[in-house]
Amino acid sequence: MKPKISSRYLLARFAFMLVTLLTIITLVFGLVRLAPGGPFDGERRLPPDIEANLRAAYHLDEPIYQQYARYMGGLLQGDLGPSFRQKDFDVNELISAGLPISAGLGFAALLTALLIGVGIGIAAGFHQGTFADRLIMAANNLNIALPTIVVAPLMVLVFSVLLRWFPAGGSDSIWHFILPTIALALPYSAAIARLTRAGIIATKLEPHVKAAMAKGLSQSRLISRHILPMALLPVVSFLGPAAATLLTGSVVVEQVFDLPGIGRYFVQGALNRDYTLVMGVVVVYSAAIVTFNFIVDLAYAGLDPRIRLSH
Amino acid sequence: MQQLDGQITRPNDKRKMRRSTRVSIALLGIIIVAAIIGPELSNWQPEDIDWEAMEQGPSLAHPFGTDLVGRDLFVRTMIGARTSITIAFIATLASLIIGVPWGAFAGYLGGRVDQVMMRIVDVLYGLPFILLVILLVVLFGRNPYLLFAALGAIFWLDLARIVRGQTLSIRQALFIEASRSLGAHTGQIVWRHIIPNVTGPIIVYATLTLPSVILAESFISFLGLGVQEPNTSWGVLIADGTATIESSPWMLIFPGILLVTTLWCCNTLGDRLSDHRDDIQRSPFDL
Repeated sequence: MKPKISSRYLLARFAFMLVTLLTIITLVFGLVRLAPGGPFDGERRLPPDIEANLRAAYHLDEPIYQQYARYMGGLLQGDLGPSFRQKDFDVNELISAGLPISAGLGFAALLTALLIGVGIGIAAGFHQGTFADRLIMAANNLNIALPTIVVAPLMVLVFSVLLRWFPAGGSDSIWHFILPTIALALPYSAAIARLTRAGIIATKLEPHVKAAMAKGLSQSRLISRHILPMALLPVVSFLGPAAATLLTGSVVVEQVFDLPGIGRYFVQGALNRDYTLVMGVVVVYSAAIVTFNFIVDLAYAGLDPRIRLSH
Repeated sequence: MQQLDGQITRPNDKRKMRRSTRVSIALLGIIIVAAIIGPELSNWQPEDIDWEAMEQGPSLAHPFGTDLVGRDLFVRTMIGARTSITIAFIATLASLIIGVPWGAFAGYLGGRVDQVMMRIVDVLYGLPFILLVILLVVLFGRNPYLLFAALGAIFWLDLARIVRGQTLSIRQALFIEASRSLGAHTGQIVWRHIIPNVTGPIIVYATLTLPSVILAESFISFLGLGVQEPNTSWGVLIADGTATIESSPWMLIFPGILLVTTLWCCNTLGDRLSDHRDDIQRSPFDL
């Protein structure tokens, strides 16, 4: 049997990933250099010789292609450069301080969204017209009509301020992460439930399912082996773009729940005009998104027996 | 996926859908009219300070309450509606201006040009765009026009794909061949024959772009990186409300309700329009 994913496809897809990443980094680098005013234009005008020294220390006096090469070289070694505002830190230190929190929050939210979404979706797909089914139709617009910037503060108001079930902010214990995870996961679980439901309803009618049913397969085997893998394909392809918006959503959630993740550094950096920090966060986020999309594409092929990825 | 849902629910839900369409049109109408005339009818100006009523809940004098410094929240929410809705329209327009010709030319020209143009769209699709918009705002200052342009520059991608798909389905049509044989050049064909024939999907998609832009703008403003004081938008008001949620929840709730309602209405309308379009889709050009 031929391998499911041809090595040529794998290479082409990988190359595409690298091109995307390179585009992002170049774009970001170009934008930062195009910006009016230097990074040291503060409230106080620096004496010219000190500014010249500073520029030299950060290699801003070099020609642009040399700066670009230096930045790319640094990136290859995993070095995002110094922070322009927080003089004692480089961007790597700041990002690695926030990364465990942001990554943990993101994964927990994605997992929660999948569990809730697929669970409700299955219930609705197999029992059309029941409570779960109607719940999904009602939650139809949830993902776009109830934005995190409204839902997250309301959750703080209801569950932390009024009911006092959960702490309102901070990151000291696991309890501090429950509300943020749910706030972040909610819109995605609605979308996933909808996709799962539609997928199941469509797959139930497929000939291969009828054939399996005619062979006398047990209900549970029918569902787990023949219906779900097909029905979940749209969910898998949804996860790629979802991961991107999930990361941006986590910026808000970290802000509202006072979690010291990357998103917080991003907003702080943006407010202080800390170019290198903002740039570093965009690069890290982009790399995460692009890699995740790559994995999702491969998982897609793994699930659907009809897909054989060759280019 | 939408079609799948539609197939199963449409027959008995038809009346209900029409009602939700009517409700969303009515609500959107009310919000837009209120945004236009509301501030003029009120006794307060958006920057007026009521020294007797600082951080007070809803009352007869201030139907939405007042904020920390005693400014009337009803007027400010309406001014915020003006900002948010205007940004949404301008950014949607910007996305139309970029996306429609892009998709139409790619679809019509086909071949290499199409491949390169759509590959560019694919690459851009992978970018965390909101973060890039924030980066732009950081670099070039908090200029509202820049914000419009940057938001428009995000949302043209989907539009380009949709227009290209539609163009592909009509590029072989006889009337296009006819005008080509009469000597019309590419620009004329795209502008006079292709774009007018794909306006349906464009309008549908534009309706769905509006809420996405409103959402993106409120997101950026919420973080303090978008619209700035003394000007205001729903995102700014919600951010203020979040900061004072324990002492004055109304500061969050009223702008929040308006934002949610607007998003829901735009979204419902867009969905209905695209359902409707699916019904009449079988166009005479499907050869």
